[in-house]
Amino acid sequence: MKDVDMRVSIAGVTLKNPVITASGTFGSGMEYSRFFDLKRLGGITAKGVSLVPWEGNPVPRIAEVPSGMLNAIGLQNPGVEVFLERDLPFLRNAGCAVIVNVAGHEPEEYYGVVERLNGVPGIDFLEINISCPNVKAGGITLGTDPKMIEELTRGCKARASQPVIMKLTPNVTDIRVTAKACEAGGADAISLINTLTGMKIDIERQTFALANRTGGLSGPAIRPVAVRMVYEAANAVSLPVIGMGGICTAEDAIEFMLAGATAVAVGMASFADPCAAIDVIDGIYDYCVRHGAEKAADLVGAVR
Amino acid sequence: MKKDTAVILKTEILAEGIHSMTLRTDIAETAKAGQFVSVCLNDRTRLLPRPISICSADAAEKTIRLVYRVQGSGTMQMSTWQKGDTVQLIGPLGKGFPTEEAGGKRVLLVGGGIGIPPLVFAAEQLLKEADGQKPCEIVFAAGYRSDDTYLLPEIEACARAVISTDDGSLGTAGTVLDAIRANGIDADLIFACGPKVMLRALKAYAEETGAVLYVSMEERMACGVGACLGCVTKTTATDSHSMVKNARVCTDGPVFSAEEVDLS
Repeated sequence: MKDVDMRVSIAGVTLKNPVITASGTFGSGMEYSRFFDLKRLGGITAKGVSLVPWEGNPVPRIAEVPSGMLNAIGLQNPGVEVFLERDLPFLRNAGCAVIVNVAGHEPEEYYGVVERLNGVPGIDFLEINISCPNVKAGGITLGTDPKMIEELTRGCKARASQPVIMKLTPNVTDIRVTAKACEAGGADAISLINTLTGMKIDIERQTFALANRTGGLSGPAIRPVAVRMVYEAANAVSLPVIGMGGICTAEDAIEFMLAGATAVAVGMASFADPCAAIDVIDGIYDYCVRHGAEKAADLVGAVR
Repeated sequence: MKKDTAVILKTEILAEGIHSMTLRTDIAETAKAGQFVSVCLNDRTRLLPRPISICSADAAEKTIRLVYRVQGSGTMQMSTWQKGDTVQLIGPLGKGFPTEEAGGKRVLLVGGGIGIPPLVFAAEQLLKEADGQKPCEIVFAAGYRSDDTYLLPEIEACARAVISTDDGSLGTAGTVLDAIRANGIDADLIFACGPKVMLRALKAYAEETGAVLYVSMEERMACGVGACLGCVTKTTATDSHSMVKNARVCTDGPVFSAEEVDLS
């Protein structure tokens, strides 16, 4: 039996397999390194970093909903300087691709972070988060206007030596429009979907379950929406797509790849099972063997 | 910290809505009082593991006991599990009570409602400290809703018990702090777990009496391992992880020095 080539390539960077962890669900990898060897992963996307420390939202920040969860963390993070000093040295030694997620309220803040990360060794990609639903200004607002997306993409590209991935929100009428805006701005790849805006009401206390009132819905509940959007985006642009949204198993990941995703990200599934991403990798391999695929990359966009 | 498949050895109902589960798991070997486990539900529609404090652990027998209140759909599902069932656990998680600080001191353990179980573990652990490290006295103040109590035999086996009930059906009528005052309890070191209003009152009490207080905090959790920043608590000083004033309950806690956390 021939071995399966699990490698995939995005913007000239080879990932050892198509499975990465989604931003905000995996910290900077340290916490999960106690459960498995991080070098098995295709890549790690670090939690969003901003120019200065962000406090995030009040608690409760978490609410469980059927087949998913709502979160309104609000991008609490120590800022880019602490990230570079403390987290990046760890990530650099993790033995997989490193994707740094960049957060901001307005273009100048994004550019500030990108300039700071520009040329820093050990960072394979920058992922620009234009889709966080829990940050009042910027984030999702910036991420729904095609003109602003194109401009921001161009601005980030001009300042970054690393390939730039634009992370898209599903909270738009037509994902193809925002995907094309990223392509027009010169993005190297797009990742989708971020969370869908949701709300939960505690009927006993007659109040919002989240202090922020609204939060981002993630988990298997959003998977069919994510698969549809990955399919639409992948067929609208010629950029590689990183697909995510409720991936818990290899079967889920394969759906995204067949729909057109070159790589996939595992998000909240890590909360239910810290080793979820590893099972996804092993399952993709087994699927390729079972279906006679010599390369995992052969699955990408196979369903049209 | 590990993910482990545990086997349920015994289930019991201790009081109305209060259930107990004893499980065989390697997690018992390193578990400390104040730590918790994430209990994974075997239901694909409820994905977040439930953080449950450890009520007792036997390293030699590799068993832990979890005592929990059936409050929502997750704990409701847990209450249907039976002897012989297997359960995925992640643990032991978090920082526990600093029982090593108790040597020679008068220790007061304060548990309010479903905050009682981790303090039963603390009492058992204190009694196992080496001879020079043992506290000179252990008082356990337990606050219940009514005389439908739970874990009282376990408490009385290792400490002097002081009881309060909301309805006055047993012990002092009122709060656990009312019971502490009514019994004239003096302490050098206090470990507490319970509702925030109780912790706030205890913080004022500790400031008034000069006792050192450690509190176990509760918050909605997702990952349970420090990655998602879902379960933060306001702190008085800059936290070491995010450099703001929001420490992670799951990893920096759940036990904090009362001076460290903002209980307002």
